[in-house]
Amino acid sequence: MRRVVITGQGTINALGQDVPATLEAMREGRCGITDLELRDVDRLSIKIGGQVKGYDPEALFNRQQIALYDRFTQFTLIAARQALDGCGLSFAGELAARSGVVLGTAGGGVNTWDENYRTVYEEGKNRVHPFVVPKLMNNAAASHVSMEWNLKGPSFSVATACASSNHAMGLAFQLIRGGAADVMVTGGSEAMLSFGGIKAWEGLRVMSKDACRPFSANRNGMVQGEGAAVFVFEEYEHARKRGAQILAEVVGFAMTSDAADIVMPSKQGAARTIAGALRDAKLNPSDVCYINAHGTGTAANDKVECAAVADAFGHHADNLMISSTKSMHGHLIGGTGAVELLACIMALRDGIIAPTIGYEEPDPECALDVVPNVAREAQVEACLSNAFAFGGFNAVLALRRAP
Amino acid sequence: MTDSVKDKVIAIIAEQAVLEPGDVTPEATLSDLGIDSLGLVESIFAIEEAFDIQVPFNANEPDQSEFDISSVAAIIAAVEGLVAAQKGA
Repeated sequence: MRRVVITGQGTINALGQDVPATLEAMREGRCGITDLELRDVDRLSIKIGGQVKGYDPEALFNRQQIALYDRFTQFTLIAARQALDGCGLSFAGELAARSGVVLGTAGGGVNTWDENYRTVYEEGKNRVHPFVVPKLMNNAAASHVSMEWNLKGPSFSVATACASSNHAMGLAFQLIRGGAADVMVTGGSEAMLSFGGIKAWEGLRVMSKDACRPFSANRNGMVQGEGAAVFVFEEYEHARKRGAQILAEVVGFAMTSDAADIVMPSKQGAARTIAGALRDAKLNPSDVCYINAHGTGTAANDKVECAAVADAFGHHADNLMISSTKSMHGHLIGGTGAVELLACIMALRDGIIAPTIGYEEPDPECALDVVPNVAREAQVEACLSNAFAFGGFNAVLALRRAP
Repeated sequence: MTDSVKDKVIAIIAEQAVLEPGDVTPEATLSDLGIDSLGLVESIFAIEEAFDIQVPFNANEPDQSEFDISSVAAIIAAVEGLVAAQKGA
């Protein structure tokens, strides 16, 4: 069986504008959730988010590029450049044909929709910029990555709400393992922190006005974030022969559907997906020391997720660590699994478990070791990354230390 | 005023529960009427629209909300309070 390893990583998110800065913030348990700076924020009841601050697109992209790149595409290209510049691959000939890009995003060009609806509905104009469609489409980011790096193999975008990135990375893994590609650029991006993007979430009444406190008894909802993380997945022999730096191995993936409720999570669905990822990875439950939780900080998710982990792992659930880094970078919706994979790789490579910050009160319904508030050192052989989306679509990845 | 708040709230809840307004009794709870968490959020939205008020309610901590949803009568009283406070009526 072909094996799949990770040979490049890049990110921009509220914790940092590259991987070292992000991992440093995770190690220190720093919170990237701040007061939102955006137009009409006074008309929002939710005024906090994991917003990328100190970001100047004009310094990174020229005018023609900005005309075509929505903020979610900009974030993607920044993360992809870090991942690809560092990985030592250049794509030409047969390698280009055997390399593709699959990226997750739930909303795509939300800011572009928002700005142009303002133009036609609020300002009453009858004309919009000619590039609105190619700028807002969900596959724009993946397409620009393919053009920038000459990736000519299997390429597409995935939109499954909060599981988009995990589905994208799981499919990238399967494409390489199954022989359809040798290299896949994968991960995800989201830039939903616009007036309309937040107003829509306010409606569900699941957002916190003050902080994201996953697993804490006094948690009161999720906090949105934004950003991207992009990885290079590569067939193991291909990476080994060229002496590539291997960050971690992707060993398993499972996806399921609850077929039950459009917003409420299912313990059975989540447990089935976790068990499926272990089976696919040929891991025993006791091999897993760390889980990066979906951990949204809502009442419903966190208790259902803990019950699912207890179900899937049995008595070993009490020995493993499970943390939610959403407490620091917020919930990046379709990009969240990608940023969270950084914490998994840090656990495997550096032996540092990112904490769940904002943890104030134990909840008997979340009675697992959630690594409260302070990062921890641990030797981690294998870990999981959970994503459980609205719509009942679940996607869990399994990683191992680099071979 | 009080009667009309009561009638409007009952009409909203009845529509959500797919019942006749006469079948929505003040002592009933939302779960008695078959209204789930999404139905509750939709009912609160309909109440905000009908009375032009803001209802403080976070689905993550329904018990700590200032908006009492423990029964139809409690919801009516809470809406009356919010209308009085926010509309000066």
